[in-house]
Amino acid sequence: MRKQPEELYAERVKRFKDTIELKETDRVVVAPLFQFFPVFHAGYTVKDVMYDFSKAYNAAKETILEFDPDMCIGPLAYPGKALELLKYKLLKWPGHGVKDDKSYQFVEDEYMRSDDYDHFLDDPSDFMFRKYLPRVCGALEPLTMTTSAHDATWLGLFSYVAMFGQPGVINALEALTKAGQEFLAWYGSLGKFNMEMKELGYPNMVGGFAFAPFDVIGDTMRGTTGIMLDMYRQPDKLLKAIEKVTPWTIETAINSAKAAGNPVVMFALHKGADGFLSPEQYETFYWPSLKKVMLALIDEGLVPFIYSEGEYTTRLELLADVPKGKVIYHFERVDIYKAKEILGGIACLTGNVPNNLLYTGTPEDVKDYCRELIDVWGKGGGFILDAAAVIDEAKAENIKAMIDFTKEYGVYK
Amino acid sequence: MEKLVNLVADLKEKEINKEVDQLLMDGHDPRDILDACRKAVSIVGDRFQNGEYFVPDLVLSGVILNDVFNKVKPKIKSSNENQTLGKVVIGTVEGDVHDIGKNIVNLLLDVNGFQVIDLGVDVPPEEFVRAVKEEKPLVLGLSGLLTLAAQAMKDTVDAIKEAGLRDQVKIIIGGAVADQNLKEFVGADEFGKDAQDAVTFAKKFL
Repeated sequence: MRKQPEELYAERVKRFKDTIELKETDRVVVAPLFQFFPVFHAGYTVKDVMYDFSKAYNAAKETILEFDPDMCIGPLAYPGKALELLKYKLLKWPGHGVKDDKSYQFVEDEYMRSDDYDHFLDDPSDFMFRKYLPRVCGALEPLTMTTSAHDATWLGLFSYVAMFGQPGVINALEALTKAGQEFLAWYGSLGKFNMEMKELGYPNMVGGFAFAPFDVIGDTMRGTTGIMLDMYRQPDKLLKAIEKVTPWTIETAINSAKAAGNPVVMFALHKGADGFLSPEQYETFYWPSLKKVMLALIDEGLVPFIYSEGEYTTRLELLADVPKGKVIYHFERVDIYKAKEILGGIACLTGNVPNNLLYTGTPEDVKDYCRELIDVWGKGGGFILDAAAVIDEAKAENIKAMIDFTKEYGVYK
Repeated sequence: MEKLVNLVADLKEKEINKEVDQLLMDGHDPRDILDACRKAVSIVGDRFQNGEYFVPDLVLSGVILNDVFNKVKPKIKSSNENQTLGKVVIGTVEGDVHDIGKNIVNLLLDVNGFQVIDLGVDVPPEEFVRAVKEEKPLVLGLSGLLTLAAQAMKDTVDAIKEAGLRDQVKIIIGGAVADQNLKEFVGADEFGKDAQDAVTFAKKFL
């Protein structure tokens, strides 16, 4: 008899949980993290799904139902209308700098400048409201015409509020409320997706999102070049800023996981990959604050899902310094033998199936790769099979091969 | 000059400025100062290759070099073009805007004596074809980080073939997306796994 969805859901949650806790399970979990693959597979463009949540929703759902992995992931398409209203500068997206069928692109810049540290450290919310938001969102540029709220006492309140009556500021606030409504609708659609997928028997792999504090400063504030130069030119201020954002990172992660009702918090790691920081720089600027966030989440009963991008072999020893059975480590590229040797018995491993192979290879190539990975990482449990990075371009037959083969070959006897 | 070479190679940013000012005041030829910097950055490249230096060191050396160039260049009276080993046309392929890796490659090629023509990011195939036709480079470098770059690289190489230019230029692919598998898919001559590889291959093709 076919299993009921609720039975399958419970089974999948248990298999996932046991895998994270490094317990013996019936077989390897297979959970590919899709980004735009479902969109292309459904015959839509990126533009289609950024401007119509129902298309994003249906494409994500159809892919899960067709390929039947163990876990699902929500549609990862940002809301185009909201970004348009904000005149958002951090991304290029279809109709705004890239072609309709292409993934969006991240636009790095020094949105926080090298001489902004003092303002940021003194009064971060004021810096964000009056400097950062106007630089990152074209529509919020007039917020530079407002004054700091710390002036808003006695008669200061009158002059503070007066600034919000200026025509430019009125437009900015209007853009903010309209974009806010778009984001609310978008979050609503993601919430509905989780509910429906649960009813269909698929747990979501990811509850909350977080970033390593170094990446918080590096990704969207100082930029890669900016933060790299800060390590030489103003290391003390950089360290203070990292210290400043660490508790907020913890708070945001906890809140997002609680809102989703799912303990797994995904950290997309960007700037700590092999070669991008020297070992000393990684140990000084990157790892201590990341570890602090991870331990705080573990204390709250949450599961840090550390999604490293790039090569990560030289960082493995440091990553081993976490409590057993509490963390998922995803690797894009890594020495798989070393990773198992150093992290096996400490944390659950996932990732590494090359996205290029899923795009250019044959199902046989994919199976060969997965076989080796299951043999090495799957040994003794604590392994989730997934691609090296979120999946955009890929052949459907290769996705099918990856999932079906894991279910068949990844059985623990 | 020896002191300047060492300061730049060791990335002593503050002391470099003083040293350059001193050298200019003492009447040294600005061109010798630039040569010393090139020599130093080539040492930086070697240290990167040996695993002593990492990407942030390369980024800092690029900034240092740029600052010295800006300070010294106005003082050069007649600037005859330096002799170059050969031309390299480089760009990040269509749909991809990542350029940090590409910029490091540019720097290393430049200090190794190549003339680099950088087409920037999100470069469509026809733009690469035009540049190969007009510039007649020794090497064409295609950079990309994302999987979407795979198809764009292939489209670019195909466009070069269709234009009848494939025999006239060696093609190197690089960036996070590049591997042996992709080299074959794209029809490139080599793939580079790091910035130093680009220099090694370009020299091989001389």
